[in-house]
Amino acid sequence: MLGALAGGLLFGIGLIVSGMNDPAKVLGFLDLAGAWNPNLLLVMAGAVPVATLGFALAARRGRTLRGGPLHLPTSRSIDRRLLLGSLAFGAGWGLAGFCPGPALASLLRADGGPKALLFCLAMLAGMALFELAEHWRGQRPVPPASTPGPGH
Amino acid sequence: MSIDLAAFTPWSALAGGALIGLAACLLLLWNGRIAGISGILGSLPAALWAAPASPARGMPAWQLAFLAGLLAAPLVYAMWAPLAPIRIDADGATLVAAGLLVGIGTRYGSGCTSGHGVCGMARRSPRSLAATAVFMAAGFATVYIVRHLLH
Repeated sequence: MLGALAGGLLFGIGLIVSGMNDPAKVLGFLDLAGAWNPNLLLVMAGAVPVATLGFALAARRGRTLRGGPLHLPTSRSIDRRLLLGSLAFGAGWGLAGFCPGPALASLLRADGGPKALLFCLAMLAGMALFELAEHWRGQRPVPPASTPGPGH
Repeated sequence: MSIDLAAFTPWSALAGGALIGLAACLLLLWNGRIAGISGILGSLPAALWAAPASPARGMPAWQLAFLAGLLAAPLVYAMWAPLAPIRIDADGATLVAAGLLVGIGTRYGSGCTSGHGVCGMARRSPRSLAATAVFMAAGFATVYIVRHLLH
């Protein structure tokens, strides 16, 4: 699992270098009517082309570098869940300037750790509410403790 | 609109973005997985529900490893360079409301800024394009309402 560990480290370091782990900078980007900080545009301009190369290579191979399967999303529908969920996510993002990655990357910091923790706990609670709702809809059997949960 | 030139750091923004893109490439080409943080984190609540004492047993190892790396990033970074300070202005109630919205919204929306914004755009996924457009618009609107209408 060293590859995944390295991936997480690299991702977090990227967040720190880009400044996207800083809610003040994120909100500065989202504040079009105020003193606008264009940083996030450039972060995307750096991230998306690089990621595109990797995805193009993966698509051509059809397998990982180790010959394993690629777990890519198969859904193609632009439905209400996608749109309403994105709306809610964007609203939450605009409230505190945190999205999941930056919040996690801030947990072990002395400055902001406690606030990041509060956000992360609330975020986990929100994710748990989603799981509950899916369970009630019959979309989730309660997984036994010994098997991996959904999303793997 | 005025541009906050003092806060504009184009080179580190580009470089950091490239690192994020590289991380996504690594997770895809080595593990065959999408670097979508909300999805990676998403199996934790179910794992906690099923086995509160040992949720790690209910989560795939690659997800645990990725999350561990993400959490450790500031510590590793600080070994080489001082961490630039971050500023969180939101108060407790706002953080809770924001967290709930992000938690619920990313799961229903099947992704966040990394999953849809970076990976989805890299794949040229129409679904991710739509999701990204919507959460960006919602972000802009929310900040406008909070900073310029309510105050």
